[in-house]
Amino acid sequence: MHPAYSVIAFTTASGMGYGLLILLGVLTPAGALPANPWLGALALLLGLALVTGGLLSSTLHLGHPERAWRAMSQWRSSWLSREGVAALAVYPPVLLFAIGWVLLGDASGFWAAMGVLGALLSLVTVACTGMIYASLTTIRQWHHPLVLPVYIGLALATGALLLQVLSVLFGYGVSLVAWIAVTAVAGSLALKLLYWASIDRGASSSSPETATGLGRIGKVTQLEAPHSETNYVMSEMGYKVARKHARRVRLLVVLLLFLVPGAASLIVASLGGGVLAGLVALVGLVAAGAGILAERWLFFAEATHVVTLFYGERAA
Amino acid sequence: MTSLPQPGPDTGGKKLGLVIDLDICVGCHACATSCKEWNTGGYSAPLSDHDPYGAHPVGAWLNRVHAYEVEQAVRPEDPRTVHFPRSCLHCETPDCVTVCPTGASFKRAGDGIVLVDPDLCIGCKLCSWACPYGAREYDPDDGVMKKCTLCVDRIYNDNIPEDDRVPACVKACPVGARHFGDLGDPASEISALVRARGGYDLMPEMGYQPVNKYLPPRDRPAPDASPAGLEPLAAPEAVPEDLPSGLWRWLDRALSR
Repeated sequence: MHPAYSVIAFTTASGMGYGLLILLGVLTPAGALPANPWLGALALLLGLALVTGGLLSSTLHLGHPERAWRAMSQWRSSWLSREGVAALAVYPPVLLFAIGWVLLGDASGFWAAMGVLGALLSLVTVACTGMIYASLTTIRQWHHPLVLPVYIGLALATGALLLQVLSVLFGYGVSLVAWIAVTAVAGSLALKLLYWASIDRGASSSSPETATGLGRIGKVTQLEAPHSETNYVMSEMGYKVARKHARRVRLLVVLLLFLVPGAASLIVASLGGGVLAGLVALVGLVAAGAGILAERWLFFAEATHVVTLFYGERAA
Repeated sequence: MTSLPQPGPDTGGKKLGLVIDLDICVGCHACATSCKEWNTGGYSAPLSDHDPYGAHPVGAWLNRVHAYEVEQAVRPEDPRTVHFPRSCLHCETPDCVTVCPTGASFKRAGDGIVLVDPDLCIGCKLCSWACPYGAREYDPDDGVMKKCTLCVDRIYNDNIPEDDRVPACVKACPVGARHFGDLGDPASEISALVRARGGYDLMPEMGYQPVNKYLPPRDRPAPDASPAGLEPLAAPEAVPEDLPSGLWRWLDRALSR
């Protein structure tokens, strides 16, 4: 599948933003983070900016961005529409939570409930994003039970790494946030390794023989394509990355998205705060930022679509 | 509405579609070009092209004709060439409809035709990802998805002669390899054809339940076998055992006349 940069930017930025909003909406009402207005202002602003920037970037790949509002209408059948509805529903409770936390210095009672509701809807939004891919039967690397947990795990991990920087900056709940980051990074790594092992073993039940139905006669090979140049179907669905490049990008993802941030969070947890801990937390965040872009690019580039079976691919 | 129409009083069980005879198709692309010609001025207008007369022309087409070589399991030394037109199959349970976030992609309850409403489409391309058959092509100039309309603007068109009220591809096929009709009516000619020839679904494992059917190429005799049921027109001349050579051969022929 062709990796659309606006979609990569959207899913990674909004994933980190929703991960941050989930953690804020749970940790602050639980009393693990104080209702400090400056922390609240910066953290919620960052979360909302990432989410909003991501949503706006996702409209860049549309043919008609001015009609994007129409995407709210088909939530009964479409995960993309559900994602849009959930993404909008996040704003009211999070803004109310911000009013309580930042303006009134109060993250309890009603304001706490708004934080939890915002966290819940953020989780739902990330789940909808994952389901857009997981529901496509045409792409076996996406139609996989681990796609949804990986999306949620990585949103939490990248959100936690961002919160870790803030918690060191303000000196609140450093070791708790660092341990949450370690847990989320380690959990996501385990899920991603299982996912890669599974898609490498997996095989499609479709073939050129089932695609054309000519398997009843024998083995099918393409003699001539319908067109001498490329077309939309081939440039969008026929994009593939060489296996050796995929291996290298996987190693890069393991290093940048998991090993470096995981180690950084362990160091932050043991330091418990200070300038050095802040720098180490920043290194973890920057590495994860680069790592998640590579991970999402690979998620597209490694995905093979069954339509390529019509165009001479033996397997998809 | 992108929810699929439920079987009920409003559907009437009508399933308009195509049947494509792979035994007859000669791969001339007349169906593809006439489709492009009609639809670039019809419901789907425009079907934009980029660099159409240059070195790398690309453009939106609703019908594509592949050519495959099939190694026959019974006679691997005698492979067959099969020309294979590919377009929307107007599936009964297509994900391209249900994934659409705006309601632009829809399946008509009355006749089962799958269409894109160009005024609602936001060009998110998700429907093309959901289609296993590559039936949807995005038009970057128009910013919306294009697909086979089953020539909905021909088949119900009172302004054209009655025998033209079939999809442009069916009308154009010079060998009669394309058939149009109601596959939901077991008594229709096209349903009888599917039964008689063992018409089949493409990628049935996807579960989309295509309406369009393909008729398999018929078995054919091995290339060296004489056609069954035909007597040779004349018995081959008896060949003498010992042929003379040189001058004697010429003399023998000349005297034999």
